This record gives sequence, C-alpha cells and structure tokens, in this order.
Amino acid sequence: MNRYPVWKFAIIVIALLLGVVYTLPNFFGEAPAVQVSSAKTSAKVDNATLARVEDALKTANVPTAAVTLEGASIKARFDTTEQQLKAKDAIQKALIPEGADNGYVVALNLLSRSPSWLTALHASPMYLGLDLRGGVHFMLQVDMKAALTQKTDSLAGDIRTTLREKDVRHGGITRSGQSIEIKVRDQAQLDAARRVLADQFADLQAVDAAEGGEFKITASIKPEAARRVQEQALKQNITTLHNRINELGVAEPVIQQQGLDRIVVQLPGVQDTAKAKDILGRTATLEVRLVDESTEARTAEQTNGLVPFGAERYLDRNGQAVIVKKQVILTGDNLTDAQPGFDGQTQEPVVNLSLDGKGARIFKDVTRENVGKRMAILLFEKGKGEVVTAPVIRSEIGGGRVQISGRMTTSEANDTSLLLRAGSLAAPMEIIEERTIGPSLGAENIAKGFNSVTWGFVVIAAFMCIYYMMFGLFSSISLAVNLLLLVAALSMLQATLTLPGMAAMALALGMAIDSNVLINERVREELRMGASPQAAIHTGYDRAWATIFDSNITTLIAGVALLAFGSGPVRGFAVVHCLGILTSMFSAVFFSRGLVNLWYGRQKKLKTVSIGTVWRPDGSALPPTSNHKE
Amino acid sequence: MEFFKIRKDIPFMKHALIFNAISLATFLLAVFFLFSRGLHLSVEFTGGTVMEVSYSQPADLTKVRGVVSSLGYTDVQVQNFGTARDVMIRLPAQKGVSSAQQSDKLMEALKAQNAEATMRRTEFVGPQVGEELATDGLKALAFVVIGIMLYLAVRFEWKFSVAAIIANLHDVIIILGFFAYFQWEFSLAVLAAVLAVLGYSVNESVVIFDRIRENFRRYRKMNTVEIIDNAITSTISRTIITHGSTQIMVLSMLLFGGETLHYFAMALTIGILFGIYSSVFVAAAIAMWLGIHREDLIKAAPKKDEDPDDPNSGAVV
Repeated sequence: MNRYPVWKFAIIVIALLLGVVYTLPNFFGEAPAVQVSSAKTSAKVDNATLARVEDALKTANVPTAAVTLEGASIKARFDTTEQQLKAKDAIQKALIPEGADNGYVVALNLLSRSPSWLTALHASPMYLGLDLRGGVHFMLQVDMKAALTQKTDSLAGDIRTTLREKDVRHGGITRSGQSIEIKVRDQAQLDAARRVLADQFADLQAVDAAEGGEFKITASIKPEAARRVQEQALKQNITTLHNRINELGVAEPVIQQQGLDRIVVQLPGVQDTAKAKDILGRTATLEVRLVDESTEARTAEQTNGLVPFGAERYLDRNGQAVIVKKQVILTGDNLTDAQPGFDGQTQEPVVNLSLDGKGARIFKDVTRENVGKRMAILLFEKGKGEVVTAPVIRSEIGGGRVQISGRMTTSEANDTSLLLRAGSLAAPMEIIEERTIGPSLGAENIAKGFNSVTWGFVVIAAFMCIYYMMFGLFSSISLAVNLLLLVAALSMLQATLTLPGMAAMALALGMAIDSNVLINERVREELRMGASPQAAIHTGYDRAWATIFDSNITTLIAGVALLAFGSGPVRGFAVVHCLGILTSMFSAVFFSRGLVNLWYGRQKKLKTVSIGTVWRPDGSALPPTSNHKE
Repeated sequence: MEFFKIRKDIPFMKHALIFNAISLATFLLAVFFLFSRGLHLSVEFTGGTVMEVSYSQPADLTKVRGVVSSLGYTDVQVQNFGTARDVMIRLPAQKGVSSAQQSDKLMEALKAQNAEATMRRTEFVGPQVGEELATDGLKALAFVVIGIMLYLAVRFEWKFSVAAIIANLHDVIIILGFFAYFQWEFSLAVLAAVLAVLGYSVNESVVIFDRIRENFRRYRKMNTVEIIDNAITSTISRTIITHGSTQIMVLSMLLFGGETLHYFAMALTIGILFGIYSSVFVAAAIAMWLGIHREDLIKAAPKKDEDPDDPNSGAVV
C-alpha cells in the first residue's frame, strides 16, 4: 500500500534534476565585467566592434577571462575589479574618442560566472534587487497638466500661424487654463475661423459664443486627444530618461512605466548616486522664444516694472531679468543634437545645436525676420524657467546648425549640452520616491538574509531529526528540497530577489515544516490507536493532506492579497511567499511520501517505524482497542 | 521524544470565559494604545526622507543633530541604527524641495563636519505615494479578511468563519497595539508580516475546526463542549510544534537579519505567540457561543468524501 508507481518516482527525479540545474547558477557568483552596448542605431555592436574591444584590451595589456558578443552587446569578463576598471578606461578610449558622442555605451557590470552549458539551458542566477546589490531607485511623477498646457500653448501658436496663412483676421488668441480663446470681429470671420479649426485642428473641439457684440471661439483639446498627448508625453519622457541614463553608463537600467503617469527608474550598481540623482532629477524642458524688445519690456527689464501683455519675466544665470514673449518658437522636440565645443575665434566654450528639418525651417524664418533682436533659450526645471542664454541674432541662420555662446565655463557647456542632447522632456517630472542603497549595505544584506535562512534551517532540521527520528530526517530532506525548488523556481522566473524576499524564504521554510509536523503527528496518532506501521503511514499521509491543503489555501489568500496590493519590497516578499507555499505542497507531501515509500514501503512485515516515541496513555506496548471512553 | 503526554482531554472550554476575558482585556488595551499613542509610521507611509549614515567611530549624535538643525530642519529624528557607528536621520517631507537636494545637502553638511561620514542608504517617499501605500495596505487587509471568511464559510460554515476571523483580527490589533505601545516603526515590511501572520494563524483554527467536525462524526455521544475539548487536546502537540518551528525561523531572522528585518521578525513573533492562543482558545470558544451543532457540519459530509474506503473520514490531523 505504500508504494509509488514508477511514474511518480520519475516526476520526483525530474523535479529534482530541474531544481538542481536551475539552482546551480546561483552558486557560481558574479564576475566583474565591462559591457559595451549601443544607444543609437548608428552605433553597431558587431564582430568588428568585438575585434576593436579585443585590440584595445591587448594594447592596454589587460588580461581578460572572456570577451564575447551576446546579442547586441559585448561583454568582457575579468578576474578582479581592478582589471575591470582599467579595461573600462581602455575600451572607452578606443571606442569613444575624446568628446565624441557616437552612441556607444561602455558600462561596468557584474555577470554570472556560470558555465556556458548552464547558460545554454537558460539557467541564470536570480536577479538581485537593489537592496542586495546596491544602486538607486526612483519613482517619477509626470506632470500631465503641464504637458497639456504645453500642448495647448503650441496649438495656440499653430492657430495663429494658420489663421494668418489663410488670411483670417482675428482680435487676439490667448490661452486660459487648458483652452484657447480666439476673438474675432464679426460673424463671417467667426465662420472662417471655425472652418480652419475644423479642417486643420482635428484635436480641438470648438465652442463659439457671442458676448456683447464680441465674437469668441473657445477651443479645447478633445479628451481622446488629451489622452494621446499624455501617452506621448510619458513615452517621450521614458525615451529621454533612457538617453540620459545611457550617458551615465549603467549596464542594466530598468525604466518602466507605472500606472498612467509614473515612471520607475532603477540603476543597479551605480556607485556615484549623487551624480545619477543630479542628472535624472534635472527634469528640464527646453524652449526657444523671442525676447520682447518693445520699450515697455525694456523698462520692465531694467526696473522690475509691469511686464507687457503676452510676455513673461525670467531671470538668466546672473540674475538679470529678461522679458520674453509667451509664444514658443521651438521646443526640445526639434533638437537632434547638442555638443560642447569651443568657438573658433574667441576660444570661448560654446554649445553647438543641431535642429531637425521642421525646426531648421522655423528657425530660419524666425532669424530672418528678427535680425538684430535677441532670442532666448529657456530651460524649465520643475516649472521654474531660467534663461540659459539670450544671444543677439546676427544673421539669418539656416541649415539647422546653431551655436550658443555666452559666458559659460567648460563644465557648464558640458552640462548644458548633456541636458539638451538627452532630449528635453515632454512634461516636467518630479521624484516622488527614491531609494539609494550603498554597495556595502547590499553585500551585508545578502549575508544577513543568507544567515537567517541557514541557521533557521539547521535548527529546525536538528529538532525534527531528534523529535521524529527517521521521519524527522525525511522531513528535513523534504525541507531542503523545498528550498532547492523555491530557489530554482525564482531563478527560472528570473524574479528579483530582495531582502524581504529572503525573509519570505525563511518564513516559507518555517511554515512548510508545518505540513511535515501534521503528517508525522498523524502517523504517530495512528500508531497510538493501534494501527499497523504500514497502515499508519498510509492513513497518516492521506488524512493530513486535507488539512495541509486547507491551511495552505488560507496562507495563499494572504499571499495573493500582498501580491495584488503590495508594491516594491512587499511585492518581492509576496512572490516568494506564494511560490514557497506551492513548492512546499509538492515537497512536504508528494516528495516526503516518496522517501517514506522508498524506505519502508517494500518491507512487507514491517514491525516498527522510526518516528520517535509513540506514547500511550495506559503505558502498554500492545495496541489498545480504543483509548476513548465512548 | 514526546513532549505531550496527556492522559485526559483538558477541559479548555470550562475556562472559555476566562480566555475570552483575557483576550478582551488585551484587545482593549491594544486599542487604547493605538488611539492614545498612535502608530509610529515609517516614511513609506508618511512621506519624507530617511538617511543612514555610517561613521568609522561611534557617532556623536548631538553633533549630527547640530548639523541637521543648522540646515533649518525642525522635527528631525536622529538616532543610532543597529550599531553606535550608524546613524539614522529622518527628515519630514517638505513641499517644493526635491529629495535629491535634501539628502545631498545634508550629506555635504555631514561630510563637512566629519569627513568619515559615508552614505549607506537614503530613502525618500513623496507624500502622495505614502497615502497610496496606506490605502493599498488597508485594501490588502480587507481582501485577506474577506477571502479567508469566504473560504471558511464554504469549507465549513459561517459560524466558524466568523469565529476564526474575529480571533485572528484580534491578533492583528494586538500586534498593532504592541507597535503603538513601544513606538516601534511600522513599515511596509511589518504590514506584510501582519498579513502573513493573519493567513498563517487562521491555519490553526482550520486544523481545530477540522478536528471538531471529525469528532462530531465520530463520537456521537459527546456534547459540543466535550467535542471541542477533545479536538483541542488532540491537536495541541502539533500546534505547539509547528508554531515552535516557525518561531525558530523567525528567531533566526531576529538574530541574524539585522535592523532591516528586526521589526518584521518582531511582528511575526508577536503574531505567532498570540496566534496560538487566540486561534486555539478564542476561536473555538466563539464558535461554541455562536452555537455550532452537529447538524451544521454533518449534513453535507457524505457527498464530499474523498476516501471511498472510509465513509467517516474527513479532514483530520
């Protein structure tokens, strides 16, 4: 009665094999590595690049463990971190000549040391969370209202241009809140303006109203268009963040959308967290506008007086006020590149901008019409604008190549160009959650989690073996198998292991032993009631199963709730918790039964089983008929 | 080895009133502390910045406090964290100042005061995120409570499900009461521990209810009180051994897990200890007073039997 058919043993063997194979990579540890990848399509990472990297390492005389091309990146592994740092410098020099931005990203990384046959089986180690490996985590909130306002502003500008092109006269176009007001003189103009709006601006819905002899159209962005604007804003911000992070040289950044208006950024292994924060936290948007050159504006600039209608006051880097028009000529969208450099004549640090086709055309028109006037480049950080520079337009600038100069230091030119080059954000963002974990703390956390699991396991196993003898040993082996399967499952899923995850692992083991205690106690009880050893094992397992199932379900309900409503660290806990419950059902019941069957099942005339003391109230060695007074 | 050599059923239910009075007293005390002292919520819920800074020598907290207040922060907590060399600084959320600026500025100031200060960890949570986490936490709690109640109602009967959930929610309140009384930091990890404990200690009630149901079938002459007593007595060894094993693990976390896991393990410890008590004695007593009958459990039984050899078998331990 206590025998497993061959297929059941086959399942156990297969599960164990899978468990071992997928757990193995975790034991090989990680090797310091340098990773070369491409941030632009123009920079191809292929065998030619591989050869260049190998050459660079050879000339720099850095010994490598392996240099391989994997997918779209080159990974060079080293034995020590010293070699790794040397190699990074060498590769960087070879691939990215001084100051050039050719799209290559050279980053430090840690790579699994597991042998290639394991990698071929897609067996890779668990991914360590930030709290275990060190790094930074940000959650950014995108200011969607600002995105819409910006879109409304640019639409207002477009309407102005279009109406002029179509010769529709109007009495002023203004934005109030999220809507655009167009004033017109009479009914005919109103109809004309409406036609233009309907033809050319599908994103707008217009309502007209006549107010005391004044005709007015109020246009606002349609809800579906607004949603599209928000989606695009989010997408553009994510792209921008990607670019900025590539500048930082992080091997495996995580940049994800969360919800409708949030972005999560995780930079594992970043050492210089202050710089990362600085680059990411600068949520800058770029705008090019004309300086208001009217006399009122001039006086306002000098005397802090009233700003004329349609203009705004911003300060430049030296605190000098500049009155700029509200109308935006160009935004960061039209910018394709920005590089620091030096002016050929003055040797002053400058920033060289390249504009896209549309931007170049607009820029050409604007500069032609405004020679001798000033143009301001504004950088908006967290809703606060600053005039980066307001140079005088000396001549018409065509071809989309612009040079900005103006009392910058070299590092300022570098920073400004980095911000501009990384692309501007479609909408400002704010950091609403931030976690920074130093690398030493990460290593400590691993040790702490590991120690908790190990010591807890050892003590429980020792207790089980003493209390339940042979059955305790079976339970301990099952518990070890549970841990093996849990780690294998986590590695297979490539789940992220965090410190709460390790706590959940310890807890899962502590709870999984529950099932074995249930079984062992039940078998003892059957023996106490006078059942033969074989029958006791059989009924013990059978009857304990229903209870084990029930109790695991209630624990699972809690686990699922945590998974559904938890975020961040709690989710890491919940994943391990739920998986642990599932693996424990297999190991504690199915696997341990297999062990017992293998050991005792074949002995037909089994007299005793080693399950510790089977104590009977009357002290008799003989099976009592019944120990209940019925 | 056998720890539990019990000759006769222990008349637990005779003392049900006392058990429940003790429960009620601890519960009311916990509620009192929850209201009078409130929970010391972590930054995750309140929003704000936490920094962990470590020094090579034992840190002078007064000096660190001086640096912090010189930056114009009020209502700042500065305390040792784990060892005397590690300092934890908690800044309240400020409108309009980004976290990056806050922690960088403070770090600069601390470095200026003592060049050996190294940043170990910073955490910043915006106020809006904190609110969300709090509501999500409550949602999770509600989900667990409703889920478990439904499951028990289907598996057993509504009286059992009410009894189990009252007993275990009272555990949760008591854990919270401890956190309020000692002003331990209540973080997301602690919340996870509380919910895990809720799921875990319902197990105990399930095991005993299973046994009660089995006894109703088996011992037709016993009355309800005797049946409950017998059920508790025959499962007590298993209850204590499993909880003991789980507690060993938790103890190991308490000893080796460091500061990060400290309160997590603490919540689990309280939960496990009170879990034994409440799910065993309180849940059974409440079920008794709700008036469970043999008929409540027996009628549907024959249909659900899984073992054709034994018509009387059910879920048993």
